[in-house]
Amino acid sequence: MIFQTRLWAAFAAVVATLCGLAAGQPAKAGPTLDKIKQAGMFSCGVPTGIPGFAQPDSQGVYSGFDVDICKALSAAIFGDPGKVKYVPLTAQQRFTALQSGEVDILSNNTTWTLTRDTDLGLNFGPVVFYDGQGFMVPNKLNVKSAKELNGATICVQPGTTTELNLADYFRANKMEYKPVVIEKIDEVYAAFFSGRCDVMTGDATGLAAQRIGRASNPDDYVVLPERISKEPLAPVVRHGDDQWHDIVDWIVFALIQGEESGITQANVDEMKKTEDPAIKRMLGVTPGMGKALGLEENWAYNAIKMVGNYGEIFERTLGMGSPMKFERGINGLWTKGGLMYAIPIR
Amino acid sequence: MASDEAALTLAPARPAPWRDPKLRAIAYQIVFVAAVVGAVGFLVHNMLGNISRQNIATGFGFLRKEAAFGIGESLIPYSPADTYGRAFLVGLSNTLYVAALGIVLATILGTVMGLARLSGNWLVAKLAQIYVETFRNIPLLLQLFFWWGLLNTAAPAPRQAWQVLPDVFVSNRGIAYPVPVASPAYKWMALAVVVALALLVPLRRWAAARQAATGRQFPRGWAGLGIVLGLPLIVFVAFGAPFALSVPSLHGFNFSGGSAVSPEFAALLLGLVIYSGTFIAEIVRAGILAVSWGQSEAAMALGLKSGQRMRLVVLPQALRVIVPPLTSQYLSLTKNSSLAVAIGFPDLVSIANTTMNQTGQAIEGIAMIMAVYLFISLSISLAMNLYNRAVALVER
Repeated sequence: MIFQTRLWAAFAAVVATLCGLAAGQPAKAGPTLDKIKQAGMFSCGVPTGIPGFAQPDSQGVYSGFDVDICKALSAAIFGDPGKVKYVPLTAQQRFTALQSGEVDILSNNTTWTLTRDTDLGLNFGPVVFYDGQGFMVPNKLNVKSAKELNGATICVQPGTTTELNLADYFRANKMEYKPVVIEKIDEVYAAFFSGRCDVMTGDATGLAAQRIGRASNPDDYVVLPERISKEPLAPVVRHGDDQWHDIVDWIVFALIQGEESGITQANVDEMKKTEDPAIKRMLGVTPGMGKALGLEENWAYNAIKMVGNYGEIFERTLGMGSPMKFERGINGLWTKGGLMYAIPIR
Repeated sequence: MASDEAALTLAPARPAPWRDPKLRAIAYQIVFVAAVVGAVGFLVHNMLGNISRQNIATGFGFLRKEAAFGIGESLIPYSPADTYGRAFLVGLSNTLYVAALGIVLATILGTVMGLARLSGNWLVAKLAQIYVETFRNIPLLLQLFFWWGLLNTAAPAPRQAWQVLPDVFVSNRGIAYPVPVASPAYKWMALAVVVALALLVPLRRWAAARQAATGRQFPRGWAGLGIVLGLPLIVFVAFGAPFALSVPSLHGFNFSGGSAVSPEFAALLLGLVIYSGTFIAEIVRAGILAVSWGQSEAAMALGLKSGQRMRLVVLPQALRVIVPPLTSQYLSLTKNSSLAVAIGFPDLVSIANTTMNQTGQAIEGIAMIMAVYLFISLSISLAMNLYNRAVALVER
C-alpha cells in the first residue's frame, strides 16, 4: 500500500512536471530584430528559380530582383549586404516556412491577397513589383488570344494565386481546361517545353523571364496579350512583430524614395552633403529616423550605397541592364506614370 | 496499513516492492505513459499557443469553402465551384483508384515473375531475375520520373498522335481510347455479374457433395465461367443489345470523346506496378520454395495431376508464408502512391497540399492526410489478416 501510494505520488510528480512545462509560455520567437542581430544574419525565402528574380549561378549563389531586396535589408540592418541566408522555397513551402520561423522574410514573388494577409497570419510589406497573370503558348499553335484556349491543357504551379485565377478566368468565360499541376518550377517548365501542356500560365513577367531563361529557342514561344489578374508582389513577414514589419516597409520605401530623389549608388556620398532637409533626414545626416526604426542612423545610406536605389536594382536585374530587357511600365515612379510611390520618410 | 506492512515483512516469498518485477513493470509503464501523454500535451499546447499568437485561423470550416482551383483528372464530378471537401474526396478517390489497380496488377506481375524465376527454362528464369534485380534496386521516385519523362518526350503532340489500334491514340496528352456509350442495360449487367458470382457458392457446394457421394467430378471451372459470362449476356440481349462506341477524335487542342489515361496516371501506375512487382515476385518465390519437395512427391504418389498438385497441396501451404509479407507490400504500394506529387498526378497528398497552401490550414490538412492513410492501411491490414486466417495452417 505504501509502495502504491509512493508510486502514485511519483506518477503525480512526473505529470505535474510535464504539465508545469506545458503550462509555461509556448516557445517565444521574440522580436525578430533582436534575434537576427544576435545571430548576425537573417534568412530570406526566395523562389527556387525564376530568371531575373532569383536564380542560383553555377556556384549556387543567388542573384536577382528578389535577392537584391534582401540584400538591401541586410545592408540597412547590418551595414553589410552579405548577412543573408537564402532559403529557396517552392510556392507550397513558403508560407509554412515563414509561419514556423524557418525564414524571417519572404521575398518570393508573393501576391498580396486578403486571405493570405488574414487567415495565414501574414503581413505584407510595400509592393515591390506589379505584375499580372498571363499565358505563354508555342507559336505553332497559332493562338492569338487567351479566349481561344478552350479545351487546352495548361501547366500551372500549385499553391499560387495563379492556380485560382486560372480557374476563375475559365469559369467566367465558360471554357474548359485541363490543369497539369507540378510543384517544382523546373519540372513544370520542363513539362511545358517538352509539349506536355499547350499553355503555361503564371505571372507575365515570370513567363517572359522563363521564356528567355529556359526555352531552347525563345522565339518559338509567345506570351499572349491578356492579363487576367492583378499580381502585386510584396515581401512578407509573419504576424506578431510590428517592429520587423515596419523595418521591411521603410527600407523598401527608402529604396523607392532614393530613386525619386535622385540618390544613386554612385552619388549617395555627395548627397549626404546636400541642403535638402528631407534627404538629410533619410540619409541620417539629421538623426532620428534610424532610432525610430531601431536601426543605425545610416540605414538608408547603407542600403542605397551597397545595393542601389529601386530603379538601379530594377535595371540591373530585370530592366535594360539585364537579359530580360523589361520596360519599367507600371513599375515606374509615380512621377513618371508608374505606381511606385514612397511614403514620406519623416 | 500496519498490518499490510507486517504482512509484507513476514512473507519471505514476496520481495521488497522495489525489487518486485511485477510492480516495477507497472511503474515503468506508468512513467512511460505519463511521459508520452506529457510530451504530446506539451507539443499541442505549444502549437495552439503559436497559432493563436500569429492569428492563424484553425478548424475544419475551410472544407465547406469554395475550392476555386481546377483538378486535372477526377473519378467523381468536380468543378472549381465545388468545395475543398469535395476536392479532397477527388484526391482520395484518385489515390484509392491507383492503389487498387496497382495492387491487382502488381500481384499478377509479381506472381508471374516469381514463378518464372523458378522455371526450369534457363532464359525465362534469368530474364525474371534481371527484372527483379534491376527494378528492385532503383529508387521508385527515379523510376516515376523515368516513365513520366518517357511518356512526355517520346510521344508526339496530339495533332501527330500515334494510332496504335483502330481509334486508340497515343500522344503526350495520354492514351485516348473508345468506350461504350452509357446505357441503362449496363447497370443491370453489372447486377447480373454479382448474382452470377453469388450463384457460384451453391454450385460449388453441390459439386463437392456430388463428388463425395459418387466420385464423379463436375467441371466447376467451365460451368462457373459460363454462368458469370452468360447471365450478363442474357441481360444484354434482353435489353436489345444496346451498343454504341464513343470514339476519341481531335477537337482543337486535344481529343474529345472516348476516354483517356493521362501520362501522369500511366507513369504512376507503371512505376508502382513494376517496382512492387519485384518484391512480390520474391515473396511468391520464397513461399513456394518453403513448401518442401516431399509434399509434391507425396501428391504425385497420390496420383494428383500437376494443376491439382499446385492448387490442392503446394499453394495452400505456400500462402501461409506468402500472405503476411504480401500485406506489407500492399501497404507500401498504397503509401508510395503519394509520390504522385512529384509528377503532377492529383492524388490525395497533392490536393491536400494545394488546399493547405490556399487556406493556410496546414495542421488540419496534415492531420487529414495521416488519418486517411492510416484508415486505408488498417483496412488493407484487416482484409489481409482475415484472408491470412482463412489460409493459415489449422492446427488440430
